Amino acid sequence: MGPFLDFNPFDNLLCILLGISFTVWFTLLLVFIIVPAIFGVSFGIRRLYMKTLLKIFEWATHRIERGAKDNNHLLYKPYSNAIIAKEPTSLEEEINEIRRRGSNRDLDSASEFEMSDIFYFCRRGVESIMDDEVTKRFSAEELESWNLLTRSNYNFQHISLRLTVLWGLGVVIRYGFLLPLRMKNFLSEQVHLMCYRICVRALTAIITYHDSENKPKNGGICVANHTSPIDVIILASDGCYAMVGQIHGGLMGVIQKSMVKACPHIWFERSEVKDRHLVAKRLSDHVEDTTKLPILIFPEGTCINNTSVMMFKKGSFEIGSTVYPVAIKYDPRFGDAFWNSSQFGMVNYLLRMMSSWAIVCSVWYLPPMTREEGEDAVQFASRVKAAIARQGGLVDLLWDGGLKRGKVKDTFKEEQQKLYSKMLVGTQEDRSRS
Amino acid sequence: MGSRASTLLREEEIEEIKKETGFSHSQITRLYSRFTSLDKGENGTLSREDFQRIPELAINPLGDRIINAFFPEGEDQVNFRGFMRTLAHFRPIEDNEKNKDPIASEPLNSRSNKLLFAFRLYDLDRDDKISRDELLQVLRMMVGVNISDEQLGSIADRTIQEADQNGDNSISFNEFIKVGNFLIFCIFGNMNYYLT
Repeated sequence: MGPFLDFNPFDNLLCILLGISFTVWFTLLLVFIIVPAIFGVSFGIRRLYMKTLLKIFEWATHRIERGAKDNNHLLYKPYSNAIIAKEPTSLEEEINEIRRRGSNRDLDSASEFEMSDIFYFCRRGVESIMDDEVTKRFSAEELESWNLLTRSNYNFQHISLRLTVLWGLGVVIRYGFLLPLRMKNFLSEQVHLMCYRICVRALTAIITYHDSENKPKNGGICVANHTSPIDVIILASDGCYAMVGQIHGGLMGVIQKSMVKACPHIWFERSEVKDRHLVAKRLSDHVEDTTKLPILIFPEGTCINNTSVMMFKKGSFEIGSTVYPVAIKYDPRFGDAFWNSSQFGMVNYLLRMMSSWAIVCSVWYLPPMTREEGEDAVQFASRVKAAIARQGGLVDLLWDGGLKRGKVKDTFKEEQQKLYSKMLVGTQEDRSRS
Repeated sequence: MGSRASTLLREEEIEEIKKETGFSHSQITRLYSRFTSLDKGENGTLSREDFQRIPELAINPLGDRIINAFFPEGEDQVNFRGFMRTLAHFRPIEDNEKNKDPIASEPLNSRSNKLLFAFRLYDLDRDDKISRDELLQVLRMMVGVNISDEQLGSIADRTIQEADQNGDNSISFNEFIKVGNFLIFCIFGNMNYYLT
């Protein structure tokens, strides 16, 4: 009995202390995060946070490099560094160059086939084996400096005690503090804009919106490059959009259903997606009604790792309304937003997002574009894509994002074959004439 | 990403590859990361499908032949050593190699080894002769469906006529070299490397 009596008051004290500190913490949370979020006011704390983090990352990388040099370890070099310089010459130019340089004969009339012609294809082939433009777009961008996240460290060896301690501290902060904070906020239910704004705060998203005078208006289509599902949150927290997309199962499906209640979005069954005319009809119906919100579409069709913009599917450009292009560029140093859906699922991805340092990105609203006379949907799509790539500092690629999962079409090979054949056959005709 | 760190190359391996192929340290580590990114199965070897997943290679008319050059006779997998050995053909020719070993065999990027690589693109059955059929096969791969069989046949005949010296209606390696264009491959067989 004695020991128990001794324990009780002490226990009570502990409970009271815990209770008080919890309340205080919760109130602080409310005051500093939720209330400003509702009113769209910022404290500038996040920018300071960003600056501090950057300084720490630089120091960490420096330490790793120094440590590696001291211990003679191997440093993994980011694979995105180009190893070879590729020349952008055409098939014809290069083959003629090969023939001209190697032949003893005087070449006024271009000869037809030479055995050395294969050298062109051979060289191009091996160049693409060493380094190609497409496959590196489907995996997360690799960073020059380490940002204290294990997931982006490929040199994870014990370098110094200080670094490990810092990393450990980072883990504690991210999983023990940032993550629960964000889980709580993420699950709260609010009205449309408020909800998104809180999500943005919840993810510690530091977003810079440029050129807001070009924001999409009703009856238009908003087109953006796609890196992750967070793109939606980022755009929707700065304006209201109608979403288009497939109905997913699981967590995404629940979110989608709840969004429909707030605002008329356009969701399709998986079977309906195959029917392009049906999709196009529903989209144009929506667009014609000028009271309805602008539609948000990601024409790449899949998530790309934010170093390039891939082929835009022409469907959304056939509808004929004004297109408002938007360029989104993430800063990968604070947390890679790219969702590699073949590598991890939605929940895993959200977990990674919420336990990274911050989501820092820039959004540029580009001036609206419309299809010009004599321009078909494909050319219009390329024009819009070029504008987005230019603004975001991304590489403009002609390749299809679908190459993430599927094979390349044979038509590209056939084009090359046709070009080469013209070189051979064209000279045949000259010969018969002379 | 975690697996990549655990399969970093050992120093000894890099030294061996350096001696064998002549690539520099940073070039080898860079190409190793390329190798691992192509290796979707993560088993340390590449299969033909891994190569075909590169879109720019898949649309190359000679893509299949080039891929074939990486695989030794009858095998379906190539490891990193084999990968580097084949790529070594595409290094620039140097007149004085730093690690010149008098006993060592000819370097992989010598003139004749580069030509042998090109020769083998034609000579599928490795009988050291390019027959009319083998020449036609390669021609067909490069032109697709755009030229008729007869025209292609006459191109092949003309080529063999010009190159063949001993009258066996096929092109041997020595005849291949003498065709006079071999200098270009020595120029074009090289890539412009950024990393040294």
